[in-house]
Amino acid sequence: MIDLIIASVLTMLTAATPLVFAATGELICEKSGVLNLGVEGMMLVGAVFGFAVASFTGSALIGLLSALLAGMLAALIFAVLTLIFLSNQVATGLALTIFGTGLSALVGFDYVGKTIDRLGQIYIPVLSDLPLLGKLLFGNDLLVYLGFVMLLLTDRFLKKTRWGMILQAVGDSDVSAHALGYPVVLIRFGAVLYGGMMAGLAGGYLSLVYTPLWAEQMTAGRGWIALALVVFASWQPWRVLVGAILFGGITIVQLNAQAFGLGIPASFLNMLPYLATIVVLVLISKDATRIRLNAPACLGKPFRAAR
Amino acid sequence: MDEVIPPQLLQLKGITKEFPGCLANDRIDLDIQEGEIHALLGENGAGKSTLVKIIYGVLRPDEGELWWKGKLTQIPRPANARQLGIGMVFQHFSLFEAMTTLQNVALALPTINLDDLREKLEQTAEAYGLVLHPEHYVHDLSMGERQRIEIVRCLLQNPKLFILDEPTSVLTPQETEILFHTLRKIASEGRAVLYISHKLEEVRSLCDRATILRGGKKVDACIPSEESAHSLAEKMIGQKIEMVEKKSSIEKSGMQLEVESLHADPKQPHGVKLSDLHFHVSSGEVLGIAGIAGNGQGELMGILTGETGSPASGAIRMLSKEVNTLNPIQRRMLGAVFLPEERLGHAAVAEMTLSENTFLTSADQMHFDKRGWINWPAVANFSNQIIDDFDVRTTGEEALASSLSGGNLQKFIVGREILQHPKLLIISQPTWGVDAGAAAEIHRKIQVYAESGAAVLLISQDLDEIFLLSHRIAVISQGTLSLAEAAHEMSVEQVGLLMGMRHDQKSGNAAA
Amino acid sequence: MLRLEPRVSHSSLAAWLSPLLAMLFTALTGALIFMALGKSAGTTLYLYFIDPLTTSSSLSEVAVKAGPLILIGIGLSIGFRAGVWNIGAEGQYILGALFGSSLAVYFHESTNPWILPAMLLLGILGGMVWAAIPALLKTRFNSNEILVSLMLVYVAELLLIHLVQGPWRNPQGWGFPGTRMFPDAALMPMLFRGYRFHLGSVIAFLIPILAWIILSRSRFGYSIRVFGSAPLAARYSGINPKKMIWISLLAGGGFAGLAGIIEATSTIGQLMPKISPGYGFTAIIVAFLGRLDPRGVLLAGMIIAVTYIGGENAHVSAGLPKAVTGLFQGIILFYLLAFDLLTHYRVRFISRTAGAS
Repeated sequence: MIDLIIASVLTMLTAATPLVFAATGELICEKSGVLNLGVEGMMLVGAVFGFAVASFTGSALIGLLSALLAGMLAALIFAVLTLIFLSNQVATGLALTIFGTGLSALVGFDYVGKTIDRLGQIYIPVLSDLPLLGKLLFGNDLLVYLGFVMLLLTDRFLKKTRWGMILQAVGDSDVSAHALGYPVVLIRFGAVLYGGMMAGLAGGYLSLVYTPLWAEQMTAGRGWIALALVVFASWQPWRVLVGAILFGGITIVQLNAQAFGLGIPASFLNMLPYLATIVVLVLISKDATRIRLNAPACLGKPFRAAR
Repeated sequence: MDEVIPPQLLQLKGITKEFPGCLANDRIDLDIQEGEIHALLGENGAGKSTLVKIIYGVLRPDEGELWWKGKLTQIPRPANARQLGIGMVFQHFSLFEAMTTLQNVALALPTINLDDLREKLEQTAEAYGLVLHPEHYVHDLSMGERQRIEIVRCLLQNPKLFILDEPTSVLTPQETEILFHTLRKIASEGRAVLYISHKLEEVRSLCDRATILRGGKKVDACIPSEESAHSLAEKMIGQKIEMVEKKSSIEKSGMQLEVESLHADPKQPHGVKLSDLHFHVSSGEVLGIAGIAGNGQGELMGILTGETGSPASGAIRMLSKEVNTLNPIQRRMLGAVFLPEERLGHAAVAEMTLSENTFLTSADQMHFDKRGWINWPAVANFSNQIIDDFDVRTTGEEALASSLSGGNLQKFIVGREILQHPKLLIISQPTWGVDAGAAAEIHRKIQVYAESGAAVLLISQDLDEIFLLSHRIAVISQGTLSLAEAAHEMSVEQVGLLMGMRHDQKSGNAAA
Repeated sequence: MLRLEPRVSHSSLAAWLSPLLAMLFTALTGALIFMALGKSAGTTLYLYFIDPLTTSSSLSEVAVKAGPLILIGIGLSIGFRAGVWNIGAEGQYILGALFGSSLAVYFHESTNPWILPAMLLLGILGGMVWAAIPALLKTRFNSNEILVSLMLVYVAELLLIHLVQGPWRNPQGWGFPGTRMFPDAALMPMLFRGYRFHLGSVIAFLIPILAWIILSRSRFGYSIRVFGSAPLAARYSGINPKKMIWISLLAGGGFAGLAGIIEATSTIGQLMPKISPGYGFTAIIVAFLGRLDPRGVLLAGMIIAVTYIGGENAHVSAGLPKAVTGLFQGIILFYLLAFDLLTHYRVRFISRTAGAS
């Protein structure tokens, strides 16, 4: 029984990790006032390039770095279109997802069904061998810990650093930030690219650690769920963790319900994350005032400085 | 020549800035000396804001030179302006609503420890008699408090030149006096103040010298205390303006708008709660509601038009019918029209043609809607009639609303409403940001229409406008309304005092 | 040096020029991609864009493929105009197919001629029901319609898989997922012997004309536009925002549902796990490429259909992965969004004399 609980917690954490990466990245992006709906596309691009490079070089680590880079390059297209060409952010985000789906299917064509060595679990002598806690605390892969570190860093960055304050100022009033002399477009560029990097990392985690293999549209809506998590979290990093763990928990329900044979058709179990997302959105947006108070005031609006 | 000329702090030579279709600044010269309060005077659209944005590095001039302390300088960014010692308080504040006062100040200064800053902020605020709370969020603050943040933020940069763009438009007369006191203290320390305004009396009482702009050009320079308000007005406007004259005796007949014990909760997160409002407007009279922006005018307008649903309690009667639950179309069908404050995006759709904008409010009264299909030729005819009758300068009814100047678009919108021959006209800020010529024209049309027997409710922050048009005046403050009193029995000072306090009416409004 | 200036009036030339430029640049980019994949650019481009237009049977295929894209695109363009971002058309399409097909599944021996019209109506209803969920949640709870409608796509796909593998599976199907073949009475009549061009395609080509008349001449069309461009002005005018949200989503769902049941009753003739090559998502591109104007959607639907057929050609004869088609669709939308700058701004070449940085 205890083994089962430990295994469940580990599953939950690994399922939550890609959501944590993608959602913290998008959170920073949205805090600067840019709504990038292309998370799903950037994750797919990250996943496929990560996998391709890893199977080419044989190094999952290099693969992971490539995933980061690929996600960032995909975000670059979005940044150029929305921040320089002033295109509609919603439409451009959709385009990015459609593009990412197509590009990843093309690049991944030859990799379907192949396997690689997944990025290793860390093993800390003595600690990892401890009964119970050893596995729970020290038996995860490195990236699960990185997820926690990113949450902590994002929280500190926004609350304690000057750059974090400036980022939020740009998202709160681009006109005021511009009037005070802050380079609004440049700051947003940085935020969008960072969001892309984190989405790429999330994708790389899926194809290099979580499964590890490549399949078309393997992200299965996790990019969209990450977007919903940012709203659920009211743009606050630690609440992202709550949401991500909730979704990790649903994964366990899926696995266990199948294992115990409760007679629920698999299709219905597979619907759970999507239905849960809807329920969560309804619960959180019922309080319209709260959303409006927490959402960056400039979210989704184009900005062009008169010179 | 025999006087000692104080050192030149800032000199502008031949500053020119062109926007598409508009020469905003045309070879403007200006010099500012240390220790003076210098007025930049001009009406809306004269080019004042463009010029100060150039000085502050927000805009770049197309041509011209800028000399700072005798040296030719370029100011490509606001950061450069601040380094030189130029500070600015913007007309539309450059504040961040979701942040605290302290954070707002910190963002305008080079890297600094927040605890040190808090101390400095409190010291400076105290030294200049400005009350501030570092941890309060901006969205909870009044306009006057917001301006104080801007001023303290500026002072902390220890500027040599202090620029204020239309600072009193959001202040009560009493708050204005405090501001003037602060500015005189700043000037007495040897700093210079560049004071942008179109209010003549203010400039006369505060400023040492004035530079006057009209149509993007510098037209004159003078010493305001040696001028009369009338002579200043002529320099500023450049033509004699036909002043409207109000009839003191009016023939009042039936009540067209009655509001009793109106309570309404705000629909926006930082909105104002309306509590216990009582007022009425009769045929042939103009009731003016004065007040500083953000005291519930928007909420009142929304409740009166029916855009924000029904009030929490109380009654609104228009043309003798209770309208609490009626939508805007049903209220218009009774014979009421509405004119919200915001022109583009509210009273008109920017990316639609004038004809399409005509249909926005006239669809039903003018019978342009034939069983769901639109009679566009008839709409175009009516639009052309508006353009002719209200002297709207445009290429025609096919022009986009966004292509018209503020004054012309406002004339079109006022025309669209008045030509539907309403019995009740409810208007908010009809001449905000409109040039003097168009403003006078709009005032005349409203007045003539009221005299013809319509009831007019005028909501405005502009006291001159309120006194010019209203027969009775009430003041809105913090979502409460003072008893309406006859305009000729009220003074500007009285109204100013009413602007700063709550008015919890105990009983119903006595008939005036 | 280049400078952007806001346009005083919208350039209708630029509005129609930017889709053309977008297509041209997509073709050029496509040529580069083909070369990178080691194919001859000329041949592949021909296969993609020209070859589908050369024979009457491939033209008929283009028309058949364009049908669902146009129908869904029309519905979506109404919503997008109103600023309601229904991106779950794929799910509404599936539900339309499910609702409509239920008749053919339960009455699989029916010869009643009314079964087909009844299926079409049920299909529309199915799409509307699925779209009503985001509409209800948005108007009641202010939930984001983008995320809700998208999540429902995944739910719809899983529901379809469940039905065709479980309760609706063909008992004589050797265990393959899929329903029985529909009875003849429940199939769309083919109009020309030897071609797959069918009655449903005709409906798809007529709907845009109807939609154009309604949107440009009726008060409803006007209200949708006002609501999309200035929500405050819409409220001021007396337009009911909730009604607009409901209508936008129901229109999108209804048309997508119609497309779904037409597809099921024509080219497929049964329900299977995969009944759409992503029509619901591709239609988003069709709507934008067609400038949210029904006439443009008609044209754009056919152009995108050409690339679908071209993609299949290139897959068969040049061995190119089918995914290239999806990539093209993303790229064309990127270019379109970039060139749209020209409709809102004028690009001017200026020389600086002073104040240059």
